[in-house]
Amino acid sequence: MKLQEYTSSRHNFEECMKCTVCTAYCPVMQVNPLYPGPKQAGPDGERLRLKDPYFFNYALKYCMNCKRCEVACPSGVRIADLIQSARIRYDHTKPKLRDQILASTDLMGSLARPFAPIVNGVTGLKLTRGVLDATLKIDHRRTFPRYSGRSFEAWLRRREKEQSAFTEQVAYFHGCYVNYNYPKLGKDLVKVLNALGVGVKLLDHEKCCGIALITNGMSKKATSQAIHNVEALRKAVSAGLKVLTSSSTCALTLRDEYPELLGVDNADVRDSVMLATRYIFERLEKGATLRFKPDYHRKVAYHTPCHLERMGWGVFSEKLLRSIPGLEFTSLDSACCGIAGTYGFKKENYEASQAIGEPLFEQIRSVDPEVVACDCETCKWQIEMSTGYTVENPISLLADALADE
Amino acid sequence: MNPREFDVIIIGGGITGAGMQRDCAMRGLKTLLIERSDIATGATGRNHGLLHSGARYAVNDPESAAECIKENRILRRIAAHCIDETDGLFITLPEDDLGYQRTFVEACQKAGIDAEVIDPDQARRLEPAVNPALIGAVRVPDGSVDPFRLCAANMLDAKLHGGQVRLHTEVTAILRKGDTVEGVQVRNRVTGEEEIFSAPVVVNACGIWGQHIAELAGVKVSMFPAKGSLLVFAHRVNNMVINRCRKPSNADILVPGDTVCVIGTTSTRIPFEECDDVAVTPDEVTLLITEGSLLAPSLSSTRILRAYAGVRPLVSADDDPSGRNISRGIVCLDHETRDGIKGFVTITGGKLMTYRLMAELATDLVCRKLGVDKACETAETPLPGSEERSYEQVAQKIWETPSTAQKAAASRLGTRASRISTGDSREQALICECEEVSAGEVVDAIERMDASTLTDLRRRTRIGMGTCQGAFCACRAASLLAGSPGGTARERADLANFLQERWKGNFPIGWGETLREAEYTQWVYKHVLGL
Repeated sequence: MKLQEYTSSRHNFEECMKCTVCTAYCPVMQVNPLYPGPKQAGPDGERLRLKDPYFFNYALKYCMNCKRCEVACPSGVRIADLIQSARIRYDHTKPKLRDQILASTDLMGSLARPFAPIVNGVTGLKLTRGVLDATLKIDHRRTFPRYSGRSFEAWLRRREKEQSAFTEQVAYFHGCYVNYNYPKLGKDLVKVLNALGVGVKLLDHEKCCGIALITNGMSKKATSQAIHNVEALRKAVSAGLKVLTSSSTCALTLRDEYPELLGVDNADVRDSVMLATRYIFERLEKGATLRFKPDYHRKVAYHTPCHLERMGWGVFSEKLLRSIPGLEFTSLDSACCGIAGTYGFKKENYEASQAIGEPLFEQIRSVDPEVVACDCETCKWQIEMSTGYTVENPISLLADALADE
Repeated sequence: MNPREFDVIIIGGGITGAGMQRDCAMRGLKTLLIERSDIATGATGRNHGLLHSGARYAVNDPESAAECIKENRILRRIAAHCIDETDGLFITLPEDDLGYQRTFVEACQKAGIDAEVIDPDQARRLEPAVNPALIGAVRVPDGSVDPFRLCAANMLDAKLHGGQVRLHTEVTAILRKGDTVEGVQVRNRVTGEEEIFSAPVVVNACGIWGQHIAELAGVKVSMFPAKGSLLVFAHRVNNMVINRCRKPSNADILVPGDTVCVIGTTSTRIPFEECDDVAVTPDEVTLLITEGSLLAPSLSSTRILRAYAGVRPLVSADDDPSGRNISRGIVCLDHETRDGIKGFVTITGGKLMTYRLMAELATDLVCRKLGVDKACETAETPLPGSEERSYEQVAQKIWETPSTAQKAAASRLGTRASRISTGDSREQALICECEEVSAGEVVDAIERMDASTLTDLRRRTRIGMGTCQGAFCACRAASLLAGSPGGTARERADLANFLQERWKGNFPIGWGETLREAEYTQWVYKHVLGL
């Protein structure tokens, strides 16, 4: 008798055993009754959508794409991918102006950067936020990331010669946040890598990874940016370079969202793209050393971003932080902060977003650290806004703890 | 008027019996339908669910082909909510004779079937799942039909016209006075209660089991039981019916039906005694997967949900060992002229596709016997639920922004979906998550469509037909059934029986995800719930 040797299905949806553990783990399910939940929206809904796209449910927009369902799934179903793919395939409504603005992190960054002090002042005003709320439905309670006057790219370009002097090199996918809002994180990474004897290169004109475009219904643009970025990654990888990111979501997008959601093949470069903390950890494991300040002391609570959990790499950031002498480390419980990139900026999601994050905020308050560590910029905005605690990337904490040369 | 007296008693709750009861009831007759199990338990519910264009029979059985295309057009009009107008392809593979295509198309045209030769490239675009190696393709107006829904709708309409239905009731004797049939003796298989009903005409519409009923009446009808096995895949691979353009053979039709697709069939003659307990053999599974993969290569790696087999109600003609060449034509026997037994009619042969025509012919005969002169209206009057053609419109009319479950309800119930929109929030709770069946739909089936067991509910609502095969819906639906007479003790037995029946269909293809799923179901019911 002939048995089937294996079976396959789109994003493994047929592997689903209907156990419903994904639904129990979904942060949105717990606060928003309009959301059908990952099982219904994912593998269950897929069978109906295959029958007729008419069965597509617009409530799928409430999925934050946090991927916690995928972490929970014992059967390896790519549930969040199924949901986001369905949105790409079947939701043909034109993205609202607001969503276009929120998704265009690259464009907004280039426009705002030259006028950073003015933009920062204006977006900080209550009046502006009230107007944005009324006109664009961007929630007035949300604080905006500040823009930097000088881009990270310009900063690193001026140091090209000095960086290429190192015998070893890596390429750095800095992402929009480091480039336009917070170049200090990029500079911190350069400092740490240089201390390990590694020089840092830019990619050949990186573009925004595109995650915000994907989740805001602009997958066409995301795809063209993905094709461009994979080409840039290919150039670096074929020159023998690893490509590092300091943002967990950029890493996940470049590695997994490109092939799974956009159909952009990155098989030849995927394994060379990784979060900087993993790269640094592995170098230290292989015998490299860093010199730390002797009198350093900091109380740090570490929050693992959902996308980092999905990649299974939270352990690298945690181990790095624990290796810093004088760092008092607390690991926060696995939880979603609730912002999910641009999701929490939207007026209709604000309440849910804050409700999802509340257990995390509560734990931070009770731990009362000097600083919260986290590898994701949007978690940083959310936690800073909601708790008042400062949030730093583990890379920055590492740079700060290094002994001065 | 005596409540035990009818104008006509119809035995058999398959599509023929249900269609016949509807026709008789619409012509003003007082009808009773008796079924020993549930609706559509025989061949009606054990086939592809293919809305034949007739093309498959065009070359070998032109008469059936012409009937099929005529009924195909009628069913699109009167049974919209039971039908998916997918169209179909007849593909020629490199190992097939492309010359047959011309014979095939000519035969189709002769039978009145629109058969259009299309470019293989166009076929690949229309149906991306089709074997890309195809060298020829013909497009025909095939579709898919839900036989359970069609059967239930006919029975419901018969009831709306005053018809009475007795399910789970077995005919133990046909009562005769001399050479005249006067009624039937029946036994309720649940309660054991025996009753007698009388009518001047008794109709045998029992498909393959008609041989037995005929014996009870003292006449001989020889059936030719030909088993056909099929596999259900867990999701739709194709959205058009795919057939092989060659002489009809094994496993050469792949039909998309609701959320699944079905490959079949095989054809093997079996002894009459085995009709009640047919099983799918390992060889048949191998054959179905191998041949099916030639129609759509992805089938070889698509999760299989179930295997099932049915018995074709063919009427013995010659010594054809496979039964492939027996006409699918309608056999309507007036036993008065044939055997000298008055008041007894057998309607058999035919197919799901031609049930309405079979019912019309048999009802005409019954009416002649009763002296009733009323024309048949079943070809024009839509079945309850089919008053609107598209389920999108149905859903939009009932709900402002329909949920997925409400859309699914509209696709299953048609215009009758308005019945489950009572405004009660409990009605929206999902009983079956795989197929999105709400509590409102289950209650409707219990209250208005004579469902008294979980298996009955499955046929009327699709609960338990999805990927989890009853793991989640069975206990929820059981809680709704437990409210009816018999209560929890009976429901406990029903639940065990239902899950056992689900496993029966999983067993022949018990590997991979389907085996894991079955294991999981067993953990839940046996080890957690203690069933």
